[in-house]
Amino acid sequence: MSEAPAAPQPGSVEPPAAARHLDLLLIPPRPRTGWRVLPARVVAMCVVELQKLRHDRTELYTRAVQPALWLVVFGETFTRIKAIPTGGTPYIDYLAPGIIAQSAMFIAIFYGIMIIWERDAGILTKLLVTPTPRSALIAGKAFAAGLKALLQAVVVIVIAALLGVAMTWNPLRLLGVAVAVILGSAFFSCLSISIAGIVLTRDRLMGIGQAITMPLFFASNALYPVAVMPGWLQTVSRINPLSYQVDALRGLLLGTPSHLGLDFAVLAAASVAGIAAASALLGRLAR
Amino acid sequence: MTSEDPVRPVPGAAPGQSLHAAPSRHTAPSRHTAGAPTGRPTAPDPDRTPDPDRTSAPDRTSAPDPAPLPDALACRGLRYTFGETRAVDGVDLSVRPGEVFGLLGPNGAGKTTAIRCITTLLPVPTGMVRVFGHDAARERMAVRRLLGYVPQQLSADAGLTGRENVALFARVFDIPRRERAARVGQALEAVGLTDAANRLASTYSGGMIRRLELAQALVSAPRLLMLDEPTIGLDPIARTTVWEHINVVRAATGMTVLVTTHYMDEAEQYCDRVALMHRGRIRALGTPAELRSDLRARRAQAARTTTTTPSAPRTSASSDVEPTLEDVFRDVAGTGLDEQSGDFRDVRSTRRTATRVG
Ligand SMILES: Nc1ncnc2c1ncn2[C@@H]1O[C@H](COP(=O)(O)OP(=O)(O)O)[C@@H](O)[C@H]1O
Ligand SMILES: [Mg+2]
Repeated sequence: MSEAPAAPQPGSVEPPAAARHLDLLLIPPRPRTGWRVLPARVVAMCVVELQKLRHDRTELYTRAVQPALWLVVFGETFTRIKAIPTGGTPYIDYLAPGIIAQSAMFIAIFYGIMIIWERDAGILTKLLVTPTPRSALIAGKAFAAGLKALLQAVVVIVIAALLGVAMTWNPLRLLGVAVAVILGSAFFSCLSISIAGIVLTRDRLMGIGQAITMPLFFASNALYPVAVMPGWLQTVSRINPLSYQVDALRGLLLGTPSHLGLDFAVLAAASVAGIAAASALLGRLAR
Repeated sequence: MTSEDPVRPVPGAAPGQSLHAAPSRHTAPSRHTAGAPTGRPTAPDPDRTPDPDRTSAPDRTSAPDPAPLPDALACRGLRYTFGETRAVDGVDLSVRPGEVFGLLGPNGAGKTTAIRCITTLLPVPTGMVRVFGHDAARERMAVRRLLGYVPQQLSADAGLTGRENVALFARVFDIPRRERAARVGQALEAVGLTDAANRLASTYSGGMIRRLELAQALVSAPRLLMLDEPTIGLDPIARTTVWEHINVVRAATGMTVLVTTHYMDEAEQYCDRVALMHRGRIRALGTPAELRSDLRARRAQAARTTTTTPSAPRTSASSDVEPTLEDVFRDVAGTGLDEQSGDFRDVRSTRRTATRVG
């Protein structure tokens, strides 16, 4: 390290051609103000997510394995046993919306964990020095997580369709499905960002992330109707946003009885609360 | 070093100059300022007293118009503590528009903390930090719009191409779609990454990532570029290249640059003025030439010479040898730059531990 490889003689060079073409870098851009900032930042974060997925889709495929196994092994088996009262729906059909919600939730929670990586890598730090309010940054991240989860949901829906699950192809209903997936994922990504803001280190967050995903899944109506649960589990399921997401997905995809109004209200409120909590805790990650 | 790093010299860079050895003794004012259109000086300080702790700095350029602009950066009694650690302990600084200002000090001196206060990453009370007249506590967004920030860590997103990395920052700085591609292209060209722009950043060398980060910071046309140890961990050619691009951009845009480093030679070579920082305080401030000549004067006057420490045998300190910035630092801080400098990973891991405990 003590000796630089021979460089050309100093003093004999022109400034590089670059110097002549920097005119645009002299003009500061006109700032967006007011309500326009939030959608612009959400778009920016979503674009990044799409670009990353374009370069590397392996995660999309590897994460499709688990839901496929759930549907094939668990779904097919329990369809045969008929142990779970689904109100006449074949169990695999009943299960499919639950698995869609589950895989979206896993993606979202992991996405929140990634924010610790981004903090450690300095990427988050730099974004915090841009004219982006913290809530806009978090909202951007939350909806980017929703977008990623939505792509995952499409993969799972295709798998389910291949397994013969009878789902709607009504575009309006599918739009509702997309909204439910995005809102639920926004909430779950903010949940893990908030936990990140509390525990601050990667290792602890990984542990907690692993510890909460399965309970959230089992304490919901994803695998079985709330009615068959013991009382305490019903209570947990009732405060678990995943239950509302699954209820909405089931209603929309299968046409089973559901409470769409309540479901979407809860999901929207949960997302807003999640974004608020995560924004408030983000400062701890920046410190 | 990959072949993508173009090897271009910097005027005034001595080839074969070593990383840690004493800097070359060429005189200060011959550097990059020659081509700079906006080296706007403020009023020169006429009677400069060689005060050992605080050296005021007259401007050495002869441009006549003292601009009425506010300081690019003004820190007044800047303080920040992490629990018990007083990381920044009462720093007063004024960075003039258009200059390259170096904040120089060993690891742990508090440079990064000071930068993080200025960039609004760490909360500071009102009145401590002003960027072009905007208060960092009350006008965060306005301050952020004026700043281009390159953190100490290499921090490009490895999952995106170089162009996408820069485009992200164009988007979050509200550059309209119709200008975006052109601006991103110019920023990439300014740092010599046009050819590598469509490759994933994960394939870049350290020097290329640094230049990519520079492009990310430049794309929003900042007026104050904040570079935290921009050359840390780079090989000599990559260091030279990074500095060359900084200088070209500064010459072309008149941006103000605040750079931290613990490499004395870089400060000496590339900075108009430097502040020597030690344990959270500024121990000396001025042009490199002034700091050196002040030390010479002090030595001659007091016949008090700095003693040679075993770890730095090159400092054969005697009053008739032109002192280096390193000698100045030793003189004002009572310790060499290298003495307490661990690897920067050490600092980070201590920091994590500190966070955990605190
Ligand atoms: N997040 C942190 N938590 C606790 N202590 C910190 C933190 N960041 C920096 N420090 C401490 O503050 C001092 C200054 O650190 P820093 O600003 O990183 O110095 P430099 O950039 O000059 O190497 C050091 O003693 C360091 O250990
Ligand atoms: Mg530092």
